[in-house]
Amino acid sequence: MSQTTTFEQPNTGTWDGGNEPFKASYGKLMMWFFLLSDAFTFAAFLTTYGLARHRHKAYEGTPEAFTFSTEWWPIPEKVFNAFPGFHGVDWPLAFVALMTMILILSSVTMVLAVEAGHRMDKNDVQKWLLWTILFGSMFLGCQAWEWTHFIAGTEEGMKLADGSVIHGANLLVNQYGPPLFADLFFFITGFHGTHVFSGVVLLIMIFINTVNGVYHRRGHYEMVEKVGLYWHFVDLVWVFVFTFFYLV
Amino acid sequence: MASHAHHTNEFDETAPLAKPQTKVIWKTFFILCGLTAIEFAFAFMMDAGTLRNAIFIGLTLFKAFYIVAEFMHLKHETKGLIWAVLIPTVLLVWLLVALLVEGTFYGESVFNYFQ
Repeated sequence: MSQTTTFEQPNTGTWDGGNEPFKASYGKLMMWFFLLSDAFTFAAFLTTYGLARHRHKAYEGTPEAFTFSTEWWPIPEKVFNAFPGFHGVDWPLAFVALMTMILILSSVTMVLAVEAGHRMDKNDVQKWLLWTILFGSMFLGCQAWEWTHFIAGTEEGMKLADGSVIHGANLLVNQYGPPLFADLFFFITGFHGTHVFSGVVLLIMIFINTVNGVYHRRGHYEMVEKVGLYWHFVDLVWVFVFTFFYLV
Repeated sequence: MASHAHHTNEFDETAPLAKPQTKVIWKTFFILCGLTAIEFAFAFMMDAGTLRNAIFIGLTLFKAFYIVAEFMHLKHETKGLIWAVLIPTVLLVWLLVALLVEGTFYGESVFNYFQ
C-alpha cells in the first residue's frame, strides 16, 4: 500500500527531473563545460611557459642596454616593438595594444548581437554579427602580420660567438633569445589564433542562419548566445596571454 | 525543441521592437579599456619585479571578472551554475600554482645535481 502512495505523488523537487535546475538549456550548459575544459588546455600552456621561463636566467641590466642573447629570457617590449608601415621604429607593445583593443571591441559587438537577439531584432543581430566578424578577421590579420615579422626577424639579428648571425625565429633557432621562447610563442598565440579562427567560422555560420531567418522562425536566438559564450572565452584567454606573454 | 518549451513560436510579428538596453555593456567596455590602459602605464613607468607582476596579475583577474560576469552573463545565472564554473576554475588555479612552485623546485634540484 505504501508503494502506491509514493507512485501517486509526482516528484517536484529541483533535481527530480523534468525541469532545468540551472535555468539554462542543455546546449548552453554544455558550452560552459566545454569552455571549462578548454581553460584546462590553456592553463597547461601557461604552466609550461612559467616553468620554461624559470629554467632560464632573467635579464638583469637596464632595458636601454638590452641585447638579444640565448643567455637570458628576452624582455617582451624589446621583442614586440614593430608596427606595420613603421619599419625600424621602436614602438614597444603598440601593435599588441591595438590587437587587444580590436578583440575587446569584438567582444562588445558580440554582446550587442546577443542583446539584439533577446529583443528578436533580426536587423540588429545581423549588424552586430557583421561587426564581430569584421573585428575577428582584423585580429587574425594582425596576428598573421605579427607572426610574419617574428619569423622574418630584424636586420641586426643576433650575433653568435662564432660570428654568424641569426635572423628571425623558427622552432629550432631564435634571434630573440632561447629557442623555447619562440616555441612557446608559436604554440600559445597559435592555439589562441586557432580558437579565434574557429570563432570567426562559427560567427559566419550563425550570420548566414540569421539572414535566412532560421532563428526568427525558431522563436529565439539562443545559438547566438552560445557562440557568444565561446567568443568571449577567446577574448578572456587573450587577456591572460597578453599579461603573461607580453607584460610579465 | 522540448528544452525550449517556454519559448513561443507564434510571437507577434507586427509588435514594435523593444529599445536596446546597452548601458551596462558600454560601461563594461570602458572598464576593460581603462584596466588595459593602467596595465600599459605600469609596463612603462615601473621597473620589472615581483610587485609589478603582482599588479599585472591582479588587474588581469579584474578584467577576467568583468568579461565572465557581464559579457558571459555568469553573474546573472543561477547560484548552482556560478559555483559549477567557479569551483573547478579555483582548483585549476591552485593546480597551476602548485605545479609552478613544485616544478621549479624539482627543476632546480635536478639541474644543480648535474652541475
